[in-house]
Amino acid sequence: MSFEKNDAWLYEITSEKKAFDLNLKEVWRYRDLLILFVKRDITTLYKQTILGPLWFLIEPLFTSVIFTLVFNNLGNISTGGIPPFLFNLTGITLWNYFATCFTGTSDTFNKNANIFGKVYFPRVIMPMSVTISNLVKFGIQLLILISFYIYFVLSGANISPNYFIFLFPLLVVMMALTGLGLGMITSAMTTKYRDLKILVGFAVSLLMYISAVPYPIEVAREKLPAFAANIITYNPLSQILEGFRFMVLNTGSFSWGGALYALAFAIGIFFLGLIIFNRTEKSFIDTV
Amino acid sequence: MTILKAENISKQYRLGVIGTGTLSHDLNRLWYKVRGKEDPYLKIGEVNNRSSKEKAEYVWALNDINFEVKQGEVLGIIGKNGAGKSTLLKILSRVTLPTTGVIKTKGRIASLLEVGTGFHPELTGRENVFLNGAILGMTKAEIAAKLDEIVEFSGCELYIDTPVKRYSSGMKVRLAFAVAAHLEPDILVVDEVLAVGDAEFQKKAIGKMQDISKEGGRTVLFVSHNMASVKSLCTRGIVLENGTTVFEGTADESVEFYLSRGKDQNKLALRQRTDRFGNGKLKLVQVSFFNQNNIEVDQVISGEFLKIRFTFEKYDNQIDYNRFFLGVTFKDDQETSSLSYLSDEMGSDFSNLSSRNFIDLVIPNIYLRGGVYNLRIQTGIGTRREDHFDTIEEAATLHILPGNLWLNGKLNRPGNYAILPGKYIV
Repeated sequence: MSFEKNDAWLYEITSEKKAFDLNLKEVWRYRDLLILFVKRDITTLYKQTILGPLWFLIEPLFTSVIFTLVFNNLGNISTGGIPPFLFNLTGITLWNYFATCFTGTSDTFNKNANIFGKVYFPRVIMPMSVTISNLVKFGIQLLILISFYIYFVLSGANISPNYFIFLFPLLVVMMALTGLGLGMITSAMTTKYRDLKILVGFAVSLLMYISAVPYPIEVAREKLPAFAANIITYNPLSQILEGFRFMVLNTGSFSWGGALYALAFAIGIFFLGLIIFNRTEKSFIDTV
Repeated sequence: MTILKAENISKQYRLGVIGTGTLSHDLNRLWYKVRGKEDPYLKIGEVNNRSSKEKAEYVWALNDINFEVKQGEVLGIIGKNGAGKSTLLKILSRVTLPTTGVIKTKGRIASLLEVGTGFHPELTGRENVFLNGAILGMTKAEIAAKLDEIVEFSGCELYIDTPVKRYSSGMKVRLAFAVAAHLEPDILVVDEVLAVGDAEFQKKAIGKMQDISKEGGRTVLFVSHNMASVKSLCTRGIVLENGTTVFEGTADESVEFYLSRGKDQNKLALRQRTDRFGNGKLKLVQVSFFNQNNIEVDQVISGEFLKIRFTFEKYDNQIDYNRFFLGVTFKDDQETSSLSYLSDEMGSDFSNLSSRNFIDLVIPNIYLRGGVYNLRIQTGIGTRREDHFDTIEEAATLHILPGNLWLNGKLNRPGNYAILPGKYIV
């Protein structure tokens, strides 16, 4: 047989680690599984609940109402002529996508220890499927945003999107990569140090406040001390959110530099996450 | 052609509570690594013996395992609980990594470690077939091509579009096994799946396993406690004990070796036992079991050869061995007699016992169902109470494993009673 001559092994199972093992070939081989996981997540998410997918709507709406009351009515944050409710809803819609991707993937190993302990498939399929199925939820919430957008336009608000709206898919991909990357890093660490799981919950809610969700970056630069303003400006998530509001509401600032910075960050954190995740996947079952 | 090769496989596990002090151990490891020294927690040589508490914090579940598997071979991996079988399977199926060593393979490995992995209760049977198949490494097209076959094999046609949460546990298992059985990897790893389902389904499953290995020419690694199925399915075997390979050979040799390793340690106690009845002119001091190759065992397979040796100590030189009586009764755990060999009705001649100190009972085929039997042994001159020399209840324990005694590839059912040769004729 031809095998015998070149003695080619298909693969080896060993504890020696390669520095850059992205394992993307295996992921491609298991693409059907990825699709099936996404399908499973979507079809089973709201089975046997009273409101079903309506939950998707309630969450951002309530948050926006509260934010409007607290930040705009109480806190007097200026949204630059944009109806504050719409301003908040815009930010929250995109932020929620990031947050669900991050929290949904950050517990991958612990949550799936049972199935991971029995069969091998590229583990990264799991967080990827979470990110993709969250896209469906995001899509539904986007529809809410669009309906309110139309409502506000009809009722005479001075808002209009600009040409940058064509970059919208790129923004979503950036959000997905950032959330997935951070989630994979966290999930790799939670296998050993469980307390990180507790951290994720409140880290996400704190992160929102320094990611320019309920206020424009401009206002932060005016009102906050320099170091806090810098944190917010150099937070790539604020750049993505600011960019989103800019293209949808034509408000705030947009800089190519900021966008490229956020893009570089997203790609960087994704590949870093992938490397760390792939290192952990091989033996996490012993420590989980 | 060698399709799979395991070289120096070792696997270390931590004892005690995982989670406390991991950070400090990690830092310590890092410190040794920075200085270019070996990992301080990787001391080779600690034996994995679960019954005695180990001083070390880490233990080797597997220690330097080496083996090769050729294409088309069915390798049986046998060993007691805790021998390291499951760890080896986990490594083979890439669920975890070995601590040291390497496994090289020329084919894709799929494992049937536990059937039904990833079944989602809310999805229908059909959806779960696809999901489970994909988890096990099949593509959607492959599953679609085999869907009818899988559904038919499982016998769940009627419920295939019903959510799996409405299934009985037996149906779930059958559907899951059906998916797994239709996998077509180069190397299949099977662990005790034959223990699932009712008798009829088990038969189907064993038949499928035989098809896979014999007709398909597929390489199979088979892990089981069921010695009869190892013997009938496997071509080669390895025996694991405390994480090391203690034997490698043909399936029959391996099973024999395994059975001979499990000899009971409490045999010595027979001499010291005081719960015996009789005048003590002669004392039973040992009962041992042998298989057809005269190897001492404490388990035999139903339908196979068994020799029982009774060893005595004599305390009276005047015994008339022509009138000697030996009665051996196999009793189940309910104290019910299953089988007895009574020397007087058998017309046994014990006259030679005056110059020997043991008697052998030779049973060409032990036609008892798989189970645990206790032996009541009675000796004396005749059977009258005052003539008993030495009578002991539960003098020895014999484990009988279900076997293929009808020679048709089917295991007889377990139970605590005899099967006699016979035949239905129409």
